Order: sequence, then structure tokens, then C-alpha cells
Amino acid sequence: MVRTDVQLMLDVKAGDEASFELLLQRYRTPLVNFLFRMVRNREQAEDLAQEVFLRVYRAREDYVPSAKFTTWLFRIATNLALNSMRDTRYQKLEVSIDAPVTVDAEAGDERPLDVAEKRPNIEQHLVEDVRVKMIRHAINKLPEKQRAAVLLHKYQELDYTEIAKILSCSESALKSLLFRAYEALRVELAPLVAHQARQ
Amino acid sequence: MSCEKMEGRILGYLDGRLSESERLEVEKHLAACAACRLRVNEFRAVSGLLDELPVIEPSPEFDVRVHARVAAEPMKENWWAWLRLSPRVAFAASMLLLAAIWMGYQRPQPVQLPWSNPVEADAQMMQDLPVLEDHDVLSNFEPLKDLPGPADDDSDNTQQQM
Repeated sequence: MVRTDVQLMLDVKAGDEASFELLLQRYRTPLVNFLFRMVRNREQAEDLAQEVFLRVYRAREDYVPSAKFTTWLFRIATNLALNSMRDTRYQKLEVSIDAPVTVDAEAGDERPLDVAEKRPNIEQHLVEDVRVKMIRHAINKLPEKQRAAVLLHKYQELDYTEIAKILSCSESALKSLLFRAYEALRVELAPLVAHQARQ
Repeated sequence: MSCEKMEGRILGYLDGRLSESERLEVEKHLAACAACRLRVNEFRAVSGLLDELPVIEPSPEFDVRVHARVAAEPMKENWWAWLRLSPRVAFAASMLLLAAIWMGYQRPQPVQLPWSNPVEADAQMMQDLPVLEDHDVLSNFEPLKDLPGPADDDSDNTQQQM
């Protein structure tokens, strides 16, 4: 029987280290992806994700399941990401919003091209790479809070109440935030959107 | 429904999070408004494009680093946790506690006198009075003081004279 996140966390609180390991297995990839899309730097995203897990571990003795575990987890992650983005220590690592997106800046998650592959596949890869870079660039151009809202809504599939709690805003304010974010993405990705909408 | 009100419901509609009545209201508006219909399609397209973003895997060192950071955390002093880890100590402590509680409940018993009535006590004292008087007389009887001491003293003196 699969134990819920809350049950695992209560077991961690009771001193069961193996349950912490299960939470780590369950959430390391979503957390690293969320943070990578927020801070745009893989190494920094991993550092922040480690910090999230460390804070969860530190808080184990005081843990009370008053909210969903994911709400708590991503609230920690979002706050850490927003703080680090504002932190001047990371200014050097940040890619300018206006700078063209380069291959190096995104190298962390690019699939290496296999030269032995057939030519149509190579072209397909190149087209996909361009699309991915455009999408990532559009997300990066969003204001921090809008970006967090879109990432939590789209990739973590959290409901509006949860996201509102994470971002410390009302549910109606969140809906407005999300609408503006999707509207900005629609405009930024207009060429792709038009093509996609026709399909 | 106005196009402005529609803005607040597009995402809920696409996510399937509207109530039945709200959904019907939205669909009624979309059937009549080409601009909102186009916007809904474009929002759906944006959502589809976001799905194309690849998922990255954490580096192989990720778990190792988390474990190292967790292991470096200072252990909190917690007596209850310490007792939990030592069942024998916990057992001994609980036995000690029970013994202390048991002893605390044991009230000291009052000394039982052979008589409880004050009149009887006085009568008993009167009966014992001759004995007390005899003891007084014998302890102050002058001729008895001239008698030699206990037998042990005599033997010591005899040995010294020899």
C-alpha cells in the first residue's frame, strides 16, 4: 500500500529515516524542474532543491499536517527561488532577459544530438530545439510571481487554492495572475500558437 | 456573459474545474463570440506548447549531497528520544517512578498505645508507680555504692595484682 505524503512525513517525524528517503525519491525531480524553470540555472536549482529537503528535514519535529504536503513543499521552494532570484549573489549567473537564448545557457537539459541519426531526425531535433528555446524564453520573460504561478499550475497540477496559499494571495488574485501570465505567453509565442491552434 | 467575465473563466474551463452551470454558461458564450473562441483555442495551444518543455533529471550526486547535508545537521537534545532509544533505561525509570508513587501513598501508621482511654492510662501509671519508686530508691541507696563493680572489673584487677 502506497503511503501518502502526509503519512510519510509523520513517519519522518517519528524518526523513520526511510520515509524521508521516499519523499526525496518522490519529489526530487519535480522540485529540481520547478526550480530550474524558476532560476534558469541547473546548478543553482539543485542547490535550492537540496535546501528545500534540508528544511523539510529540519522541520520534521514540528510538522503538523494542517495543509497538503505539496503546498508546504512548494511554498518553501517558491520562497527560496524568489529570494535567490532577488539575491545579488546570483546576479552573475542570471541570463539577461533581453539577451538572445544561447545553446550554452540552456545546455543543462539539451539532449545531445546523435550524428549517426538519419537526416530527417536531425532536422526534427533542430526544429524541436528552437521551439523549446522559444517556450523557455517566453517563460523566462514572465515576472517572477506570474512565472511561479504558471509553473505550479501547469507542471505541478496544483489546484487554485493550493497555488494561492503558496503565493500568499487570494484565489481571485491568483486567477487574475494566471490569466495575465497565459495572455503574455500567448503574445510572446504568437507564431507557434497560431500554428498550434490551426492543428 | 460578458467577454470580460469570460477572462476569469477561461483557465478554469480549460482545466475542467468549472461547475456544471458555469461550464454551460461559458460554452453558451463561446458559441456566440468568435473572439473568445479564438482566445480559448490559443490558450489551449499555449498549454500544449508548455507540455513540450523537456523534463530534466537531477544529477547523480543530488541524493548524495542531500544525505550529506542531512547527516551534518546537529542532533537535537531530546530526552524522550533518548529514552525511546534505550528501553532498559525507560523501564528502570518507570519502575522508579512507580516505587516513588507507591511510597508516597504509604501513610505513617500512628503508634498504637496499649490503652486508648486517658483514665486507663492514669490507672496504669498508678500501678507502675511502686516500681518506679523502687528503682529510685535502689539507684540512690548509699551502701550499694560501696560494693565492688561488675565481675569483669574484678578479674582485670586480679590480673594486674598478679
